[in-house]
Amino acid sequence: MEITQFTPLASTIGGALIGVAAVMLMAFSGRIAGISGILGRLLPPYAGADPGGAVLFVLGLMAAPLLYAAVTGTSFAQTVSGNASLMAVAGLLVGFGTAYGGGCTSGHGVCGLARLSLRSLVATSVFMATAFATVFVMRHVVGG
Amino acid sequence: MRLLVNAVAGLIFGLGLLISGMANPAKVQNFLDPAGTFDPSLIFVMLGAIAVTFAGYRLVLRPPRPILAERFLLPTLKEIDARVILGPAIFGIGWGLAGFCPGPAITSLPLLAKGTLVFVPAMLAGILLARLLVQARIPAGQASSSESSGA
Repeated sequence: MEITQFTPLASTIGGALIGVAAVMLMAFSGRIAGISGILGRLLPPYAGADPGGAVLFVLGLMAAPLLYAAVTGTSFAQTVSGNASLMAVAGLLVGFGTAYGGGCTSGHGVCGLARLSLRSLVATSVFMATAFATVFVMRHVVGG
Repeated sequence: MRLLVNAVAGLIFGLGLLISGMANPAKVQNFLDPAGTFDPSLIFVMLGAIAVTFAGYRLVLRPPRPILAERFLLPTLKEIDARVILGPAIFGIGWGLAGFCPGPAITSLPLLAKGTLVFVPAMLAGILLARLLVQARIPAGQASSSESSGA
């Protein structure tokens, strides 16, 4: 397992930027900045979904690593599993679970909690719990 | 104008994911591993994001309508039903397995990691699958109100 640096300052600043984007979207478009919901708006049916806005938001998201590289001079460093079957299963679970549960880390975890929504508090507690449990099983029970 | 706002918000959101470390699955999985290589950074991401959103929402939700739209589209569902337990439970398993939630996965696409290129199409398929399931169970006409709660 790769060790990652504890980065409280960068993480707080990054988190604050996520908050700025969420507030901006609410102020101008009146929408929750939930990424799973925004991705859902890319897919039919489009009634009232403002797919154009969703497309531009997603393009903005994807432009971020390009701007990051242009400013810092280095590409963003990340470690992504290359295990295709694991990633396919994980992707399916993430897509299904967020769409079925009406939100993900941003929609429930940030916007929902900021609105003091009980529903989002329940959702966030549940996905945190199963995520912790999954990593524990994967790293300390099955693997190691 | 509305499209431009969306693009800028997406860009700021994506930069936040990168700067915070949220877009690095190894960092996310280390956050989820207090029994191993624990990295508590993501608590700070959540706190920073929630604090700014909490304060900002107070301000921007005061006017009767948003600047560039007719009304605020706020989630209306309040009920704690099976969906809000089952969905997040399934999502958390996938999040733990890959270290990716939807935002970071999309932001990571241009970095072209093989795992990302497998994860994102599978995630979109999962979203479609859930929609088909929900629409099959909710009579037409009611589906839109529960969809708009998508966060």
